[in-house]
Amino acid sequence: MKWFTMTKTVTKNLVNGPSTLMYPKRKRVFTKITRGRVENDIDKCIFCSICSKRCPTYALVVTKESKEWEIDCLKCCTCNLCVEVCPKKCLSMDNHYSPPVTEKTMGIHKQKAGSK
Amino acid sequence: MAHKNIIPFGPQHPVLPEPIHFELVTEDEKIIDAIPSISYVHRGLERLVEKRDFIDYVHIADRICGLCSFMHCLGYCQAVEEIMAIQVPERALYLRTIWAELSRIHSHIFWLGVAADAFGFESLFMQSLRLRESVLDIFEETTGARVILGVCKVGGVRRDMDAETLEGIVNRLTTMKGDLEELSTVFINDYSIKHRLAGVGFISKEDAYALGCVGPMARASGLALDMRTIGYAAYKYLDVEPMVESAGDCYARCLVRIRENFHSIDLIRQAVSKIPEGPVDVKVKGTPNGEYFSRIEQPRGEVIHYVKGNGSKFLQRFRVRVPTFSNIPAMIKVLKGSDVADVPNIILTLDPCISCTER
Repeated sequence: MKWFTMTKTVTKNLVNGPSTLMYPKRKRVFTKITRGRVENDIDKCIFCSICSKRCPTYALVVTKESKEWEIDCLKCCTCNLCVEVCPKKCLSMDNHYSPPVTEKTMGIHKQKAGSK
Repeated sequence: MAHKNIIPFGPQHPVLPEPIHFELVTEDEKIIDAIPSISYVHRGLERLVEKRDFIDYVHIADRICGLCSFMHCLGYCQAVEEIMAIQVPERALYLRTIWAELSRIHSHIFWLGVAADAFGFESLFMQSLRLRESVLDIFEETTGARVILGVCKVGGVRRDMDAETLEGIVNRLTTMKGDLEELSTVFINDYSIKHRLAGVGFISKEDAYALGCVGPMARASGLALDMRTIGYAAYKYLDVEPMVESAGDCYARCLVRIRENFHSIDLIRQAVSKIPEGPVDVKVKGTPNGEYFSRIEQPRGEVIHYVKGNGSKFLQRFRVRVPTFSNIPAMIKVLKGSDVADVPNIILTLDPCISCTER
């Protein structure tokens, strides 16, 4: 039997401090390609609704008549499929997660053409 | 003669990451029978194949399970590619292999941690999970996500890695190997761990074969069953060697997983040194018409994906036979005759993945 097998690890832990991130003080660094949330450049959007048809979780609702594009961030599984299929390339994947919400309806973000 | 008692185990239990229920029929401290029941997390993902386009379904196949998400994706894509006779570029095959092996490392380290937690070694659990974090960081930098990778697609992969990144992965894994060796010494040599695992949950080679064991459970009993040796993806170009132990107990299953970790690091190094240049995907034309069984090796054992297409863009049938499901009969066999206190260890050394089992 060997003694003090983990002494090296224990010393390392004591010197280096915690390996978890001290969150509010130090923010998490996302990589460039992290799949965070879907953003739409609404002025370029032609409301073809290909994204809503292909969405695996039915998180997108597109209304052509009223020119509205709606995403439910709580349903979105950030698979990047809508960004890939978008013919006008107006959809993009932001590398930050969408902010936490306290109610289900607060996750729905509606965008209307010409409202910006 | 002692009284027979029925002790319920699960679906919620500190050692179980996912819900599975056992009715343990006991006599004193000995278990004489165990009746399993599953289907607490059934989501109907197989049926969804009739509703989603076969290209979009990759994202759903990805979400069958968290720890082996990439493997499900790979198995599904392989089956569809085989039906449609798509020639996947070599580079894509190599990249798939690298991600698959990284998944294996992160799943096995996670298992080591959870096992340590099950036998009451909290600090070892923390050390393991910290090690696993470095693999998850590699995933995030190369694929954009930590667990559900979403990089595999029908006809290749979505993202490429440049030579610098590949070299970086090998370097980071070499550093990790040192830490992993340190961690493994504790698992292999520690007196209390040996005491909890050695000789517990024995299954013989013959029983393992007859009951259809797969993965580390079969390999710990001396069966050299490893689907990587049949040479899917880029494994045909690499030196794959099944890690076999002969003891057949919980300790042997732990050793198999530790040795597989090092083997996976070696496989990634081989793949990086041999990876050819070229495109990473091909354009997919047409729709699948036909059926195929794809067999691949998950961290938990052999998984079979059955895909049947009928010429339309919606597949007719998709079925997954997962390793946990085929290991359950062996688990029942092992549980009979063991002590009540050993049940958590025995169940964990099987590495049950219930999300996979129930889809």
